[in-house]
Order: sequence, then structure tokens, then C-alpha cells
Amino acid sequence: MQFVSYGFLLFLTVVFIVYYLVPGRFQWMVLLAASYVFYLFAGPKYLIYIVATTLTTWLAARQIDLLKNRQDVYLEENKKSLGREEKKLYKAATKKKQRFMMLGALLLNLGILAVVKYTNFAISNINAVIGLAGGEPIGLVSLVLPLGISFYTFRALSYLIDVYRKTIPAEKNVFKFALFVSFFPQLIQGPISRFNQLESGLFTPHRLNWKRVSFGLQRMLWGYVKKMVIADRIVIGLTTMTGDTATYTGAYVLVEVFFYAIQLYADFSGGLDMAIGAGQIFGVTLPENFERPFFSKSIKEYWNRWHITMGAWFTDYIFYPISVCKPMLNLSKWSRTHLGPVLGRRLSVYLSSFAVWLATGVWHGASWNFVFWGLSNYLVIMVSQEFEPLYRRFHQRFNVDGNLLYKVFQVARTFLLMGFLRMYDCYDSVLTTWRMVAGVPFGGNWNVLWDGSLMQIGLTTADYVILAAGILLMFLVSMSQRSGSVREKIHAKPFAVRFVIWTTLFMAVLLAGAYGIGYDASNFIYNQF
Amino acid sequence: MDELLEFLEELHPDVDYETCDTLIDDGILDSFDIISIISEVADMFDVTISAEYIVPENFNSAQALYDLITYLEDEG
Repeated sequence: MQFVSYGFLLFLTVVFIVYYLVPGRFQWMVLLAASYVFYLFAGPKYLIYIVATTLTTWLAARQIDLLKNRQDVYLEENKKSLGREEKKLYKAATKKKQRFMMLGALLLNLGILAVVKYTNFAISNINAVIGLAGGEPIGLVSLVLPLGISFYTFRALSYLIDVYRKTIPAEKNVFKFALFVSFFPQLIQGPISRFNQLESGLFTPHRLNWKRVSFGLQRMLWGYVKKMVIADRIVIGLTTMTGDTATYTGAYVLVEVFFYAIQLYADFSGGLDMAIGAGQIFGVTLPENFERPFFSKSIKEYWNRWHITMGAWFTDYIFYPISVCKPMLNLSKWSRTHLGPVLGRRLSVYLSSFAVWLATGVWHGASWNFVFWGLSNYLVIMVSQEFEPLYRRFHQRFNVDGNLLYKVFQVARTFLLMGFLRMYDCYDSVLTTWRMVAGVPFGGNWNVLWDGSLMQIGLTTADYVILAAGILLMFLVSMSQRSGSVREKIHAKPFAVRFVIWTTLFMAVLLAGAYGIGYDASNFIYNQF
Repeated sequence: MDELLEFLEELHPDVDYETCDTLIDDGILDSFDIISIISEVADMFDVTISAEYIVPENFNSAQALYDLITYLEDEG
């Protein structure tokens, strides 16, 4: 069941009614049942995967917690008889068992993810090598990719690691944990929330609060506008251009960069608006995933504001553990002695960041395009990091800090750079991406930007007018968000103004949504991840 | 503590580490800085700050960081 369907709206209505009819202590059970029904709509065959992830991570976390409790009791009972060294040894033995449990569940679940998501990618690469040697290729396997597996696996693993790190205690009730893993608004495209972020919202009884419900619905409506009016419309022109790489070269690629940036943002953040809004209807606050990313002045800042929960996940569970593990600290020490303090200090950061960006690329999809996309981001961030002192000196020398024009330049530069990196998503191979991007200055067809050629890519004048209005609206909303919640501001307006605003948006979805024009509106880009 | 302050000042000379207690919350220290600090602390104090201790409250001020180091030394 997709968010953009009448079926989902009907489903949400039924869950809403039942949720607020049952006594508060049963509300989380309603959400659990609803989440599994939602998941069943994707196909019963997927269920085994999410159940397996839920059970294995819950069991491992419970064992880790029990070992800790047992250790606390033992140390308390024997605090007078045990010496410092004995206590240390006992703690080390417990830690070893806990690490075994944690790593076992971690590897099992990453293994499941790797098998269902990357087996055919691995086979294709093996076949490429076999082909060079003139051998017979291996047949691809037919594996189902369970809906939202990358998202729910990461959610479950964050819980497991947090319990191991003692950041949170283990949840005793497996069904409550199952709800955290499967909570339907965030099931298919995130956000990748943490257990302690959702615990109170999911398991505390909620009374019907009309302001909260209406705010949730308004957030959802805004998501539908972004998805159906903007993303699903602009994609028509985009697919026309990216689907014909012989015709649409040079300046067209620049247009694609702009179109894809808008489509991806409207599609992904729109989907997240729907998820966060749906959560709010049930009194569950999901973490934000975007913070006006296109206002970023550097790539590093951009990644702190785009897909925030994924970035935080990779930082907390890959970057830090790799950076501060014993071998890395030893390497850091060695490199500071042998390579000097500057390079020495950076080496571990560079290596850990490489692992993070490789993982980020691979997480996004089983293809070389995503691997190169991840590593290109890595390269740009590391180069920017190296040039940081130079930038600082430049800013001081020319006194541009705080200069509005310079800020606009930085924002435009980041937008373009990220836009070109994103083009790996749009073409079928890495080489095609390089060829198309490298060909931008040499297309000799800048006239297509104004001679009416862009009217031949499947978009009409009406489409462009609607897109311009939609993009302007997204920009104005982003500007307004800088000084606080837009919905609160609208809420403070007289009833007539509120009525006009929300009715206009509703009508925009009904009348200006990209229906029936040859595009499957139900698919979100991030569903595939 | 003086040794630690000296290193932190080298990292961001413009920050008053004696009073600032929002180093993470205000984005003064980023993940790269944190790794530099942890590497330096490992050398200075022979203490390993593992990933589980990398939470904002331990890095928001020089004092909090020093308290963490002292705690880990005691746990040692």
C-alpha cells in the first residue's frame, strides 16, 4: 500500500477511528496490528524478513541487557570481597559475551540485507569477469526485496547497538519492539528513527487532540502537494531527457540537474512530510529528515541537512566506531609520528569517512552508479576539508563573511555541485554519467534554454506554470520555516485565511496533481532503497 | 586539564573553552574535531574513548570532556 493511494487514506481513516476509540493502554497494539496489515498489503512473503529482524535483534538486545543486570548484581553482592583487578576481569568477560551477542545479530541482519539486495549485483560483476575470460555466465537469482528493508534493518540495528552501548535499556515486550521496527508511517522510506526518540510517543496513551491531528493532516497535505503537484510533474520532462542520451546533451544536462534536484527533494521530503504528518495524527513525533538542504553553503553542511537520520546513523554506527577503534588509534599515533601532526591527525578521519561514504553509496542501491556517487561525495568533502583554511583566509582577506551576495554564491555553488553528483542516479552507467556531465560545456546548444526546445520534452506551458508556482511555494515555505513553524503561523491567522490556504492546497492536489499522464504516481524514489 | 585546553585551543582558537558548554549543540565541534580530540586524548592520557561515550553531553564543554577522561581513567 502506497501513501499516494485512496486505499491508504481509507486505511489511515480506519486506524485513526479505532486508535482513538480503544482505551489508551491498547492504542499501541492498534498501531502494531495496523503496521502489520500495512506490511501485508506489500505481500505476505515479505513478512518473514521483518519478523526475523525483529526477533533476532530483540532477543540479542535482551540477552545483552540480562548480562549487564547479572553483572551489576554480582558486583554489588561481592563488592567487598572482589579486588579491582577481579572486577575488571569480570566486566571484561561480560563485555565479551555482550559483544558476541551484538555482533551475531548485527551480522545476521546485515547478511539478510546483503543477500536480498546485493546478490544479483555480485553475480553481475562475477559474470562480467567470467565474460572476459570467455566462460559461461551464472544465472541471476530471483529474490524478493522486502519493502523498506534498508530502513527497518537500520532502525533495528540502531536499537541493538544502543542497548549494547547502554544508551538505552532493552525493551522487555517483544510486541512493543515489533511496533518500533514496523510503525507503518516510517516503514517504507524512513525516517530512520531511534528507539528512544519514538518510545514515549508510541507507548504513551494519547487523547484525541484536534490541533495535533489537524497539524498532522496539514503536514500530510503539504507532502501530497510536493509529491503529486511538483515531483510527479517534473519527472515527466526529466525522464524524457535522461532516457535519450543521444539527443539531450550539453545544456539539457544542466536542465536535468535542476529538474532532478527539485524532483528528488519534492518526492523524498514530500514522502517524509506524509510520514511525519501521519505519525503526528497518532501523537507520535518522528524525527525530521530535512532542514532546508538547498540553503546549504557547503557539501558538508548539505549532508547535515539532507536525509539527516541516515547521516546520523552512519556517523554514530560506522564513522565513530571505525575512527576510535584500537587499530585506528594506533595508526593515528603512528602517522602523527611519521607523517607529521597535520596529516597524522587526518588520516583516521579520511579512512573512516571513506568507509562511511562507500557504505552510504552501497546502501542507496546495488549498482556501481551508487558506489561512485558515494565516493564522489567523499572526494568533494575531503577536498573541501583540506581547503578549509584557505577558504577561511579568503573570507578574512576579502571580508565576505556575512555578505549576502557571497552567501548566495555559496548556496548556488553547493546546489550545482550536489546536482551534478546526483546525476549518477539518472543514467544507466557510470561512464554515461561522466560523458553526459563532462559534455555540458561542449554541447554548443545553450539556445535550447530559451528557444522553446524545453516545450518538447513532455511538459506543457501549463505544466511549467504549475511547476514554477510549486517551486516558488516550496521556496517561500522554506524561507518562512527559518523563523518557526509555518503551520503555527497559519494557525494564528483568522479562520477565513486558514480556510483559503488549506483549501487551495487541497484543490491543488486534486486539480494540479500529475494524474493520468503516463506516470505511476504511487512510486517514491526512496522506496527502492 | 591545561594540556587538554591547550590542544582544544589549537583546534579552534576563537572559542572560550573555560565558559562554553555548547560545543556540540552549537556545532562548534564537528565529527572530524571529535576524532582529533579522541586521538589526542589517547596519547595525552592513555585513555581510549570508545564510540559509546561519543554523546553530546561528554563533548559539550572542556570540563565535561575532562570529567569523562577522569572517569575512564578510574574505570581503567
